[in-house]
Amino acid sequence: MSWRASSGLRSWLFQRLSAAYILLFLLYALGSWINATTINYPAWRAWVAHPVINIALLMFVFALLLHMWVGGRDIAMDYLKPLLLRYVALIGFAVSLLAMAFLSMRILFTVTGP
Amino acid sequence: MTPTNRPVFLNLFLIRQPVTAVVSILHRLSGVLLILLVPLLLYTFDHSLKSEAGFAEVMQLLQSTPMKLLGLLLVWALAHHLLAGVRFLLLDMHLGVDKPAARRNAWLVHLGAIAIVVLVAGSLF
Repeated sequence: MSWRASSGLRSWLFQRLSAAYILLFLLYALGSWINATTINYPAWRAWVAHPVINIALLMFVFALLLHMWVGGRDIAMDYLKPLLLRYVALIGFAVSLLAMAFLSMRILFTVTGP
Repeated sequence: MTPTNRPVFLNLFLIRQPVTAVVSILHRLSGVLLILLVPLLLYTFDHSLKSEAGFAEVMQLLQSTPMKLLGLLLVWALAHHLLAGVRFLLLDMHLGVDKPAARRNAWLVHLGAIAIVVLVAGSLF
């Protein structure tokens, strides 16, 4: 099956893969936060700026945005029948997701250590 | 097939829905809620990292009662979406597909999500 003929399959796969990464990251993050000994600004910055956490966090954001896109697109396709409305909603949604992706990169790349 | 004029009854609110249908539509609803909350969460995240004062403001905000209630809504949305999502993943692998099992694990999703909300509420209040 070509990718063109199976775009539904690709969405399904990306949704599941992104969900798996989101779940794993959330479990790790919740574990870290619950077990944190010091909760202050320098400790928070240090956690976010840590090279491994920083990249894993950025990947989490990308996985989340991709997951949101697949889900949101399904909803637009199910509930928005007039074509113009659907296009405007999908394009607006895609642009906001892109903006959030770049904003997240900016946030995460400008956090330096404590 | 020639078009007929047979009556159609599709008022979803008047049809008694099985528990599996409720789990599914709440999965979609919680998804929409989460989509709407993500920009807010991103802004809060950014604000907490920008300055010592920003961090203090966010910590302060998280202690306020209206924010705790919003937080619980977020926790329910995440818990239900996550548990219902895992149930869907299992269904993809043909686990829990037959009707009695499907009904049972649908109830588990409902109860699991509520249990998580109660646990978090317990530690917040």
